[in-house]
Amino acid sequence: MRWRMRGRGLRTGLKGWGGVGAMAVVCALALTFALLLPLFPSGGDGSTGTGGPGLAHGVQARAEGGCTTPEMEAAPEKQTLPPSSADGATIEKIKSRPGEKRKLIVGVDQNSYRWGYRDPNSGEDAVLEGFDIDLVHRIAKDILGDPDAVQFKAIPTDQRIPAIQDGRVDMVVRTMTINCKRLADVAFSAPYFKTGQQVLAPKSSTISGYDDSLAGQRICSAKGSTANAKLVDDQKAGDLVSSAKLKPTVPNQLDCLVRLQLGEADAVVTDGALAASQAAQDPTVELKGEPFTTEYYGVAMKKDADDLVRRVNQVLVDYRKDTANGWQASYDRWLSATLDEDSSTSEPPASPEYLRKS
Amino acid sequence: MTHPPKSSAAPPPPTGVPTMPAVPPQPSGPSASAASAAYGAPAHNGGASRPVPPVPAEPRRTAFAEGVDRLRAAATTEPGRLRIIGAVLALLVVAFGAVTAWQTADRRTAADDVLHNSQPLSSAAADIYRSLADANTAASSGFLAGGQETPASRDRYEKDIDAAAEGLVQAAANSDPDSPAAATVAELNRLLPEYKGLVERARTYNRQGFPVGGAYLRYANEKMQQEMLPAAEDLYKKENQRLSADYSDATPYPWAAIGLGVLALAGLAWAQHRNYRRTNRVLNHGLVAATATTTVVLLWLVVGHTVARAALDDSYDHGVRSLNVLHDARIASLKARGSENLTLVARGAETVEVDGETFDAYDYDFGQEMNTLGRGLALAENLADDKAGEQPVTSAVGNMAEWKKRHAAARDEDENGDYQAALDRVIGAEGATGECFDSVDANLAKALTHEKAEFAQAAGDGLDAMTGMTVGAAVLAVLGAAGAVLGIGRRLSEYR
Repeated sequence: MRWRMRGRGLRTGLKGWGGVGAMAVVCALALTFALLLPLFPSGGDGSTGTGGPGLAHGVQARAEGGCTTPEMEAAPEKQTLPPSSADGATIEKIKSRPGEKRKLIVGVDQNSYRWGYRDPNSGEDAVLEGFDIDLVHRIAKDILGDPDAVQFKAIPTDQRIPAIQDGRVDMVVRTMTINCKRLADVAFSAPYFKTGQQVLAPKSSTISGYDDSLAGQRICSAKGSTANAKLVDDQKAGDLVSSAKLKPTVPNQLDCLVRLQLGEADAVVTDGALAASQAAQDPTVELKGEPFTTEYYGVAMKKDADDLVRRVNQVLVDYRKDTANGWQASYDRWLSATLDEDSSTSEPPASPEYLRKS
Repeated sequence: MTHPPKSSAAPPPPTGVPTMPAVPPQPSGPSASAASAAYGAPAHNGGASRPVPPVPAEPRRTAFAEGVDRLRAAATTEPGRLRIIGAVLALLVVAFGAVTAWQTADRRTAADDVLHNSQPLSSAAADIYRSLADANTAASSGFLAGGQETPASRDRYEKDIDAAAEGLVQAAANSDPDSPAAATVAELNRLLPEYKGLVERARTYNRQGFPVGGAYLRYANEKMQQEMLPAAEDLYKKENQRLSADYSDATPYPWAAIGLGVLALAGLAWAQHRNYRRTNRVLNHGLVAATATTTVVLLWLVVGHTVARAALDDSYDHGVRSLNVLHDARIASLKARGSENLTLVARGAETVEVDGETFDAYDYDFGQEMNTLGRGLALAENLADDKAGEQPVTSAVGNMAEWKKRHAAARDEDENGDYQAALDRVIGAEGATGECFDSVDANLAKALTHEKAEFAQAAGDGLDAMTGMTVGAAVLAVLGAAGAVLGIGRRLSEYR
């Protein structure tokens, strides 16, 4: 009988300890929460603080960095240096490349029909050709004396600026729009082409342009393109119907045509010049509505390559003047079929302004 | 703490025994009163008049307890003991035979699976991967060539696609409907026509001279790299797991059977020794026969299994391991070739940063994959156990060295901006890296064929060593048990 009593005592003891133990656990939990809770909100606050408004500020600050006045913002294509044929440090460096490497390294596209692409039926194996490529050859001829002294690097849309900044290429000639945001990171030449964002969709589609007919539609754009930035900004500002889905985003605008044909996207937004190239490859799609922006293409270079910028601007002046083998000839050869017989809507300003101060 | 006992003594006796004369019987009292007291208590309790048995009723006995009792009773006489011994011996021998038959049948099935099922499936899965990767490489080479693809690259692509489709059919037929392998096969079966559709569109547009053909090919390549090849690799891994599982089912010693065999032999020895002590007779024919058959089965089991195990281990060490290493090397060379092509397709578009240095992403991958290939070939050379197995691997090592040399030259051309020259050095007709890749692939294929034969030989030997064991053990055990019973029966007959 003794053990039974002891058992009872033990059990009541346990009961007592159970209460104490439970309290201890509660205390420990409370302490843990007290210690950890400040971490969570501070982490959350921090991320929203820097990720939300902070990021927007960053963009704005950078835009201001590229364009400091409203006039600049209205016409970023004027932020370039006056033309000059003088060689400077950058050009000297390119010219002094040894032997086989004495070439201009240029970032281009190989997927833009009539701009920079490889024609499988051209007979020659790997030759890139198109409107952009003609300009590259012209620049190479002017700087190095040989139009073929070029090393082409194919660059996806979102790699254009990093490639320049890392020095992987001397310049990018790749249907690149001059804008304030980019001016903060790279230097641009004077404009060499005029275009604007446009909507591309199947002919049978109900989409009528850049308007409410895009409601609920999947809009494809290239990662890092002006089209993509514009879509995101407009949707945030309420200028684009909020039910439009800004997906998919792809490495190259041409990949959008693939997605469109496979039914993975309902519309494409890209530069009118490129949209026309896409329409030229597929008779069942067409441009919808008018261009809803005005943009200029420029040659992008490193921010401190002043001599190269001036030199390219000089090349552009000569290129425009040269009617036999210059801008107009190139337009007629590559673009008149897909864009317009008349090149006037695509021509850059006849007498460009060079307003860049620094 | 001593309360309960005390208190239990304190309360008055139960109401059932209140009558004074009942406790305690007084010696002075009349005998009648004592008699009435003796009968009085029950009368008071229930009022029933039937006689109460002297001991409380026993609980119902179990059959087992009764059996034990009966055995105990039987064990008191010599014939009874003999019967028990005979029964136990027969049971032991039969149990030994049954467990042997069961365990050897299990191992034989597993060994058979290794040879005829899981290893071929593992190889088939590796071939599916190879076919898919090679098809993709052939397609992208066709695109790289710039113009229209050559009949050779088209043939290669078609052959690879056919091989992959065939492999998938085989894999589907051999996997259980609900297994994860079956799900992977179904996924690949869904993706293959999708991929083929994209490549066909790419071809059509390429013929029309539109760059969107290249965009389709990039999309197809993405599908292959990001969905199909990982799925194929997964299938290969799953089939390999199954192969390993079959090996580990086939090779462990059948300890239960061996233990029972030893026990049966010990029982038989003891019974004969007892017999000798009691009767001074040395030999009892039945028991000797039982001992002999049990010994034969036990020896057969141990020796046969050891031989089979050794052969299976050999087939693993010199077959499966070599095959795995060679498959991995082949996959590495395919990946390297794919990366080499993509280096030229992407034209420096993608870079990776490693330790602060920037590299072309695809060329970096190429380097990594070539290292894997080099390691795999070195390992395969080590594992190869004869000249015929070593020779193609050694040749492949030579091809790889040449490949690296030519690749470096091609990269130099590309770095110098001569894209066309670089292209010629990679996919050109003569002196291109493509030749080296093809040689590596052909040599690895040769080595694989050789190792497959070695594997089949060794695993077949292992399977043969297990032949007849199951049936033999069962028959011999029955004979042995019969012998034990007869032997004991002979002794028993002396008591009649």
